[in-house]
Amino acid sequence: MEKSIFKLQCPLPKFDFDIITLAHGSGGLLTNKLLENGVFNLLKNDELDKHHDGALLNFAGDTVAFSTDSFVISPVFFPGGDIGELAINGTVNDVAMCGGIPQYLSLSFILEEGLPIKDFWDILVSIKYAADRAGVKIVTGDTKVVDKGKGDKIFVNTTGIGKLHSRANIDIKNIKKGDKIIVSDNIATHGIAILSVREGLEFETTIESDTRSLNHITTALLDKFGEDIHLFRDPTRGGVASTLNEIATDRDLGIVLQDEKIPVDEQVEAACEILGLDPLYSANEGVFMAIVSKDIADEMVAYLRKFKEASHASIIGEFIDDHNGKVLITNPLGGKRVVHMPIGEQLPRIC
Amino acid sequence: MKYLSEYRDPKLAKKVLKEIKKTVTKPWKIMEICGGQTHSLVKNGILNVLPDKITMLHGPGCPVCVTPLNLIDKAIFLSEMNNVILCSFGDMLRVPGSKKSLLEAKAGGADVRILYSPLEAIKLAEKNPDKEVVFFAVGFETTAPTNALSVMHAEKLGIKNYSILTSHVLVPPAITALMEDPESKIDGFLAAGHVCSIMGYWEYFPLVSKYKIPIVITGFEPLDILQGILMVIKQLEKGRAEVENQYTRMVKEKGNTSAQDIIRKVFDTGDQIWRGIGNIENSGFKLNDDYSYFDADKKFSIAIEKVIENQECIAGDIMKGLKKPLDCVHFGKACTPQNPLGAPMVSSEGACAAYYNFSTMFNKIN
Repeated sequence: MEKSIFKLQCPLPKFDFDIITLAHGSGGLLTNKLLENGVFNLLKNDELDKHHDGALLNFAGDTVAFSTDSFVISPVFFPGGDIGELAINGTVNDVAMCGGIPQYLSLSFILEEGLPIKDFWDILVSIKYAADRAGVKIVTGDTKVVDKGKGDKIFVNTTGIGKLHSRANIDIKNIKKGDKIIVSDNIATHGIAILSVREGLEFETTIESDTRSLNHITTALLDKFGEDIHLFRDPTRGGVASTLNEIATDRDLGIVLQDEKIPVDEQVEAACEILGLDPLYSANEGVFMAIVSKDIADEMVAYLRKFKEASHASIIGEFIDDHNGKVLITNPLGGKRVVHMPIGEQLPRIC
Repeated sequence: MKYLSEYRDPKLAKKVLKEIKKTVTKPWKIMEICGGQTHSLVKNGILNVLPDKITMLHGPGCPVCVTPLNLIDKAIFLSEMNNVILCSFGDMLRVPGSKKSLLEAKAGGADVRILYSPLEAIKLAEKNPDKEVVFFAVGFETTAPTNALSVMHAEKLGIKNYSILTSHVLVPPAITALMEDPESKIDGFLAAGHVCSIMGYWEYFPLVSKYKIPIVITGFEPLDILQGILMVIKQLEKGRAEVENQYTRMVKEKGNTSAQDIIRKVFDTGDQIWRGIGNIENSGFKLNDDYSYFDADKKFSIAIEKVIENQECIAGDIMKGLKKPLDCVHFGKACTPQNPLGAPMVSSEGACAAYYNFSTMFNKIN
């Protein structure tokens, strides 16, 4: 009874679409619309309103970072990793991006009838290794099986929790004019590695996904630079472009990027060129962005480059108090363009 | 060998830009034919740095944009047939038909696959003998050889469950149509480098002598485009009208003759409707009688309603170089990449989408 009254009070919000399409899961504009008009609007509360990769929760003085993620990748085994490794690293990284030190994870499977047990085992083994590398324990979970054809081999959900680093003060509000944007390593590698093995798009390459946990690096950065780090974000779906657009809008500042400073592996760049894709919109799994005070940016890049996983760290741009809410990119020729929020997943072009 | 950074070298590009500025004395209107070039012009901010005397007009060279609406409806109809796997290049999926796009058909349960090459579609047909695999064969001369090759492969392998839905458009007849248009204000062309890598540029000699207009075969990187513009300007300033080749690393006068042989074996030229422009004589490739078995349009009885294009869209005037995207009252308001009124707003290489996505002019940023 109560439920039906609740329904009456919550009419369907006005969406521009009648059904869910894949674009709603791409991390771009349509994902945002679905979340803003639907989820955030209906469920709003102080923690959710931050729109970060995870939430910071207060338990009698102790602050805890909490995040969850679902993994539905196809193919489940891809160059450089598999869905299991991705599921651990993804959630570990989301907790780390909040300034947390990930400690415990839950792990849930939705398995499709017919999945070879060997595949399941291989995924489980990489889950174990990824958890060991990240230094997290898997402490609870769930397993469901759906009819053949009702899933795609295996879906994984992980939820992570960990104490906030004592020097972390990660909040989008802390970002100010002049702050620098650092990416930790070459971008777009994961997205292109996955695309290179998609049915119908296969191309010969040695590009491997860079999926990895980043918590050890973010912890080291917080130890050293503390409050000068204003934000961490990992630009997964929708890539660097989507994440920066979100931040520029939420913080109401402008962003200027320098094209020549954005690190992209040569092979990845070539693949993007052939397929007509923009590395800025391609997914990343082993890269994070740090938004930091301008005074420490150079020192942080030098420090980051000592880590194998961040050897291409680079300052790619900065926040300015102009064209607020928008992201602009300049090139050495003197040309500039707007980096828009993508609408949906990038689609390879004709020629 | 690296093959990208050299053609994006800012020092060299600045040098060419300086020479352009030195050379140009009169106002000139240059049309880049290819959507890839439009994209590169806007994405690299070249429009911002060119001298005011040079106006770039954005031509009809985006295959997605000029594919007729009824053909998109046909592809959607086919994709919604029970036993059909509809394969397409990625950028066709978001183009709205009269009621929906292929992407929406897919969300509704249609089996739509994104492929990079039609030869992959042949593999799919082999793997799914109980299904009909249809490839949505769209493009300029550039994609014609692989589309033709897929049909030849299917014939050779005895694959009966493969067919193509074609909308192939050709550049030289489009240039003719643009020049015959009494409203045309085009002074020179950058011809599409990739089309010429297949077809060569022998087809352009009669055009330059008839219309007294320079045509420069041009590549796609910033340096290519700036060089192409410089070559056109030099001709215009001297009163010359010749075919010149900027894209020598890819294009030979005769083109790729084996690719042309493959095209000729499978396709005949015929009249073709260009979305936003209308019918252009002999401007398309159609499967010839020997291969008509592979023509999806003939193989299936496709029942679609006749629809009239949205009259509000000025796509035709934009592709003829008569108007700019920003001249349209609907640009960025009623018409956006999420809700496009016309095709140039859909494809990433369409002029309107390029302006919408990248242009600082539209986004009011200095």
